[in-house]
Amino acid sequence: MFPVTRTSVIADLGSVDPEARAAAYEALARSYWQPVYAYVRLRRRRSPEDAQDLTQEFFTRAFEREYLERYDPSKARFRTFVRTCLDGFLANADKSAARLKRGGGFAIDAVDFARFDEDLAAHARSDDPDPERWFHREWVRALFSDALDRLRVHCGARGHARAFTLFTRYDIEPESSAARPTYATLARESGIAVTDVTNELAWARRAFREIVLERLRTVCASDAEFRTEARDLLGINPP
Amino acid sequence: MTWVSDDAIARLRVLEDRPDFSATRYEIGEEIGRGGMGIVFRGRDRELDRDVAIKVTTLSTAADAERLRAEARTLARLEHPGIVAVHDVGRLPDGRVFTVMMLARGERLDARAATLSLTDRLRLFDRICDTVAFAHAHGIIHGDLTPANIIAGAHGQVLVLDWGLARAESDSGQRAGVPAQHTQRSLPDTHSGPLPDTRSGLCPRREGIHACGTDGYMAPEASTQNVDARADVYALGAILRDFLPSPSTRFLRPLESVVRRARESDPGKRYATAADLTADVRRFTDGAAVTAHPESVGERAVRLARTYRTPIALVLAYLAMRGLLLFWSG
Repeated sequence: MFPVTRTSVIADLGSVDPEARAAAYEALARSYWQPVYAYVRLRRRRSPEDAQDLTQEFFTRAFEREYLERYDPSKARFRTFVRTCLDGFLANADKSAARLKRGGGFAIDAVDFARFDEDLAAHARSDDPDPERWFHREWVRALFSDALDRLRVHCGARGHARAFTLFTRYDIEPESSAARPTYATLARESGIAVTDVTNELAWARRAFREIVLERLRTVCASDAEFRTEARDLLGINPP
Repeated sequence: MTWVSDDAIARLRVLEDRPDFSATRYEIGEEIGRGGMGIVFRGRDRELDRDVAIKVTTLSTAADAERLRAEARTLARLEHPGIVAVHDVGRLPDGRVFTVMMLARGERLDARAATLSLTDRLRLFDRICDTVAFAHAHGIIHGDLTPANIIAGAHGQVLVLDWGLARAESDSGQRAGVPAQHTQRSLPDTHSGPLPDTRSGLCPRREGIHACGTDGYMAPEASTQNVDARADVYALGAILRDFLPSPSTRFLRPLESVVRRARESDPGKRYATAADLTADVRRFTDGAAVTAHPESVGERAVRLARTYRTPIALVLAYLAMRGLLLFWSG
């Protein structure tokens, strides 16, 4: 259904081609800005403006000073390395209290920051004492959130809007698993047979999984890491 | 940018456990159960146009997959009204093994038992033991017997589910129903070794039967060593304990002794087989002395009086009549 993207942006972080390197950082910033922002905002209790500036600045500095290119896959997963770099960056930022650069080199929309901050304020918890686990949770949220947005576009483009609606009704929106509607309820609501609900949901779930895997592959440093992450995250052995 | 809640994240991770059955004859529906070894879905067999239950096991290696298939084949050979029939077994593109079974209809044993008299509960228990004894006689151990794994049908029948932990007790043709074979025995090599990196909530397997049983029903030895049919005897003892009223009465002491023997910490002190256990329970229901309970003279007298109350009453009535006749005629 989706082209299998075998290339990882991590590999291009140290590319000698400036354009490829910049594109890799850009892609990385898009994948990681949410957990980075949430970490700065909630774990470090910074104001929304500071958190936004620090997030932009983190990726800019990482690009300029080649932080992320020092990643050694034998020592940790890439997301752990990002979090460690972020801790170092924040410690230095605290010490120097230097004026942060406004804007920065990576185009994360201020509207996205504002909307995400509202969601954080409304829903996010900062109760996990382990920063690594906490960062991981926000990283997974960002990955799924991104995949969900892509799924919406994907379903719309292929005439499967109903599949997306059923998917969100059954798998995303309920506040708890017990509050899920039954397939029969969804069938009644949509005016279709229960079998069609089953089929539509199966299609949407398959598409969602493939999108998640595709996104995951781009932010893992190696095939081995990708497989480990896929297994931990989804319990599957990707093809 | 859509906010995905923590609950939704948890669901999406589970959701990805949902297997891809598009290349099979089966259609997968709602999740209806989740256990240590996998997830059970309601499904439909498109070819035969019937509802089925589809169990998809935890991610497994090729060797594990082959073992699970072998187990499914073994279970499929067990034709007993108390054992859910296995219709099919296969492997999905992601490596997981699935087993297609009859869709059990009824209610959980504990829910049904709560509505029954002790006599009817013991009747149900007898059927459960009979089912487990049948499996033992064919070299199969359940390994996770709990009320949640037993369905009581509308007409008093029982179905023992979730034979996912079941293991052939030996591949050498030995049978679990033979007490002399209940020395601790390692299972075949193919049963050894942990499964690779299981998902959260799915338990790692120990040698043989893994240690993912249910608290209160899992035999103590299951967490440290290989187990045999006596682990199921322990679980049956726990189920029988649940069936007894609380507080108990003097009349039920023999059954309490049966429970104690079935749940002995030392497997060697338990009933050797489910058949032995059910035989002792039948002795109780038949009014005979149970082997697990040394009776006092008083208890024996009370039991015999209860058991033979009708003939005793007839004899007493006869003697009374004779006495009256002698009195009147004399």
